[in-house]
Amino acid sequence: MHDKIVNEITWVIGGAQGSGVDSAANIFSKTCAEDGLYIFGKREYYSNIKGEHSYFTVRVSNKPIRSHKESIDILVSFDAETLFRHAKDVSTNGIIIFNSELIETSINEIPTLDPDVQNTITEYCNYSGGDPITIKKLLEKIQQNSIKCYGIPYHQLLKNFSEHTNNPALSKLARMINVLALSISLSFINIDRQALSRAIKYIFRTKPKIAEINVAAAEYAYNYAEQIFQNNKFTFSKNKMDFSDIILVQGSQSSALGKIVAGCRFQTYYPITPASEDSEFLETNQVIEQIDGNKGSVLVMQTEDEISAITMAIGGALTGTRTATATSGPGFSLMAEALGWAGINEVPLVVSLYQRAGPSTGLPTRHEQGDLLFAINAGHGEFPRIVFASGDIEESFYDTLKVFNFAEIFQLPVIHLLDKAIASSVMTCKNFDPNKISIDRGYLIKKINNKTKDQDKLKHFKRFELQKNTAISPRPPLGTENGIFWNTGDEHDEEGHISEDPTVRIKMMDKRMSKLNLVLQEIQDEDKALSYNENSDIVITSWGSTKGAILDTLDELNKEGIKIKFVQIKLLNPFPQQLLEKLLNSAKTIINIEMNYSSQLAKLIKQNLQRDIDYEIVKYNGRPISCDELYRVIKGIVNNNVEKRRIVLDYGT
Amino acid sequence: MALKPADYKTEVHNDWCPGCGDFGILNAIQMALAELAIPTHKAAIFSGIGCSGKTPHFIHTYGIHTLHGRVLPFAQGAKLCNPDLEVIAVGGDGDGLGIGVGHFVSSGRRNIDLTYIIYNNGVYGLTKGQASPTLKLGMKTKSLTQPNVNDSINPIALAFISGFTFIARGYAYDIRHLKDLIVKAVRHKGLAYLDVLQPCPTYNDINTREWFQGLDNTDQENGKPIPRIYKLENSGYNGEVKDPDQYYEIASRVFEKSNEWGDKIPIGIFYQNENVASYDERITMKIDNYIKYPPASQEIILDKNKTNSNINELLKSFKVNA
Repeated sequence: MHDKIVNEITWVIGGAQGSGVDSAANIFSKTCAEDGLYIFGKREYYSNIKGEHSYFTVRVSNKPIRSHKESIDILVSFDAETLFRHAKDVSTNGIIIFNSELIETSINEIPTLDPDVQNTITEYCNYSGGDPITIKKLLEKIQQNSIKCYGIPYHQLLKNFSEHTNNPALSKLARMINVLALSISLSFINIDRQALSRAIKYIFRTKPKIAEINVAAAEYAYNYAEQIFQNNKFTFSKNKMDFSDIILVQGSQSSALGKIVAGCRFQTYYPITPASEDSEFLETNQVIEQIDGNKGSVLVMQTEDEISAITMAIGGALTGTRTATATSGPGFSLMAEALGWAGINEVPLVVSLYQRAGPSTGLPTRHEQGDLLFAINAGHGEFPRIVFASGDIEESFYDTLKVFNFAEIFQLPVIHLLDKAIASSVMTCKNFDPNKISIDRGYLIKKINNKTKDQDKLKHFKRFELQKNTAISPRPPLGTENGIFWNTGDEHDEEGHISEDPTVRIKMMDKRMSKLNLVLQEIQDEDKALSYNENSDIVITSWGSTKGAILDTLDELNKEGIKIKFVQIKLLNPFPQQLLEKLLNSAKTIINIEMNYSSQLAKLIKQNLQRDIDYEIVKYNGRPISCDELYRVIKGIVNNNVEKRRIVLDYGT
Repeated sequence: MALKPADYKTEVHNDWCPGCGDFGILNAIQMALAELAIPTHKAAIFSGIGCSGKTPHFIHTYGIHTLHGRVLPFAQGAKLCNPDLEVIAVGGDGDGLGIGVGHFVSSGRRNIDLTYIIYNNGVYGLTKGQASPTLKLGMKTKSLTQPNVNDSINPIALAFISGFTFIARGYAYDIRHLKDLIVKAVRHKGLAYLDVLQPCPTYNDINTREWFQGLDNTDQENGKPIPRIYKLENSGYNGEVKDPDQYYEIASRVFEKSNEWGDKIPIGIFYQNENVASYDERITMKIDNYIKYPPASQEIILDKNKTNSNINELLKSFKVNA
């Protein structure tokens, strides 16, 4: 027996929605992280409550990683569908753990596998027999690629465990099968077993009794697998790194954590995938410990629709409270009118826009970056807004602190672009530093000097004062003495009263729209765009969550001595034209990468820089870009093997 | 120094049509604010779109003129963040019962402590007289090309089944009575709805001031007009739920009265129930210091612009080696 020495593995678990796939993956991720290994995990699921296929990919490595890979080293399954869908992706020398009780199951017995998928799998197996293909035949084909398949009689194992613990009720607890499968998979990895027990206790920390049973079941299954299979294990060339300052965070929690730190005290939402978890995290943690000893809170309101969500948030913002609303594309569509109201009334408001695949309901639980141009243009008429995109979980925490500052400094709505890929991923990050970004409330005034003798001035506070040097006017919260002002969706004068005067119109439009220049002047370059790997005449441009796959691809290419520069654009409106001209100045080849059909960022670059894009890599099948598919296509471009200028990526299950 | 209605007036030119019922409502609001002695900066008037939407510009308090149909969520957001603010929302019947009716119903479910006044005239005035949700079926006001084909909404009944806990109706030309209703609505702990019959002299040529006065409906014996409007409080009606057990009995009374129209139109308080927990009480169940330390009052900065939020415990729960 020889252990396989590795630097990383990709582990996938699949099963019917509701069968514990997520908790098994969370336990697995936590176990590996506790053993000092870096994690990137990604969840895929249908728009369904129970029964459809969901799966979780966890990549584990001894160096930092930021994306997933498509080739699987360990496939963990307890149903037949997972095998049919994913077995073809298991790499040479990989292993498959499957339910031996299902060996005779044929592909047409699985109602959730549509005919197209059935045909693809049958073709893959080169199967021409008359009967529908079975698990047995699939595995026979798979084993030709030096893949080891380990059959587990899960129900028998569960029964044995219940006899072992003298607890007959357990034999019926099919929901524990996920833990059995997970534990068996861990017996094929050289990892501290104690970490597994700790991880189970952590995941079930609110249900100690369930935690205890699961720990015992995991132990039982682990010993069983070690005895029966005498496994040779995947052994990391390096592990047990010092992770005392590492956290394992989900992307649906990081921005919400940032909101607490930023002082967001009012959030509104209408339930929508994949944005709801942001609000749910806040509501779960609504009582906030303050450093000064007081007890703060964030009030989370579930509203009747997204129109109410944004308008209620604006009403809150007028009281001087930092407020946000979180939504996805369909909800953001409903917010367009109110966004303009916030624009014309110069209200600081943060909209967390968790993109998913559109249009309309689209692929409601799948990923896309299709809302960039919509975020920039939503609403009628012209008003200033900031559109700011985060590239990963860690960035989304710090960016959340920044977007609240931007909203108040420039007194405008900020659309913080996030997406399903970020929301459904989990990653090891350096512990977040709540003090890294200071809070800047801009020209918020809570007291207005009433000592002036000029009664007229007191009576006529100018919320929209036209000043020579700056477009930013003083902003008192509703309720401030001597600060009475008016807001209206109409064009208005300095006090906020309706005005249709053509001169006032020009002055007020100029005031508001000039804030876009101010934004470009005052926001630091590193918040506009990040640049990685200098001195290369091939430059990748992209935005948002493609960052992980791009950086992992560049790491791979670096190892081969191929250097490619990457410019990640974060400030998308107003567009940082000057900075980008500088960053793209030396580029001979520009490769633009986006998760949408029409290369929306490429359009912005062409429009603002009058510069053509050489290669446009797009993906719009709802599944995030994997680093191996990106590696293949970039390598092809570097080697001049790619003929087409538009490359459509299509990997994904 | 005692506050006078004049203290709540602005110098903004009022461009409502001469004789508009809106003037009466505006005066009643200003008189009510003075009687309640609410400091001008402690009140915020929110409005929707249309003629009624201009109301805040004529009142010297904070004034927020919002979007068509959305006045209630804007107003609720402000009240939730700063419960110390006296929030009054105003709007037209098309605004609140047409485009905004979803918010009307949902607001009732929350019972947030604010007052909502609908200027009810049966037409969309500012867009030149289309039928509004309160215009009766078959009515043909002068700018309609065809009689109204939609049945009308009963705002009193809708407010009741939605959960408003104070429901009253006023008449724009009975300013003192209306002022008294506004004072009571503002003092009510919970969500108050005030339906105001507000003749539109330009587009509603049916439900006119003269019609409400009964000029077309004279006593056969003495030839005097019989006013259509009568006051509930003078008719022995009482819609206040003092004891929760009275709820169903009063509910049927509210429905019965809400359907009176034609020759007898009631104004006054239809329903009041302070036994229902207001929204701030419900929030206090989960955030115990909400009233004392609401979102708008919270110190989010410690000093030197550092955050006052301590997330160490949360971060600890994400720690790999806890």
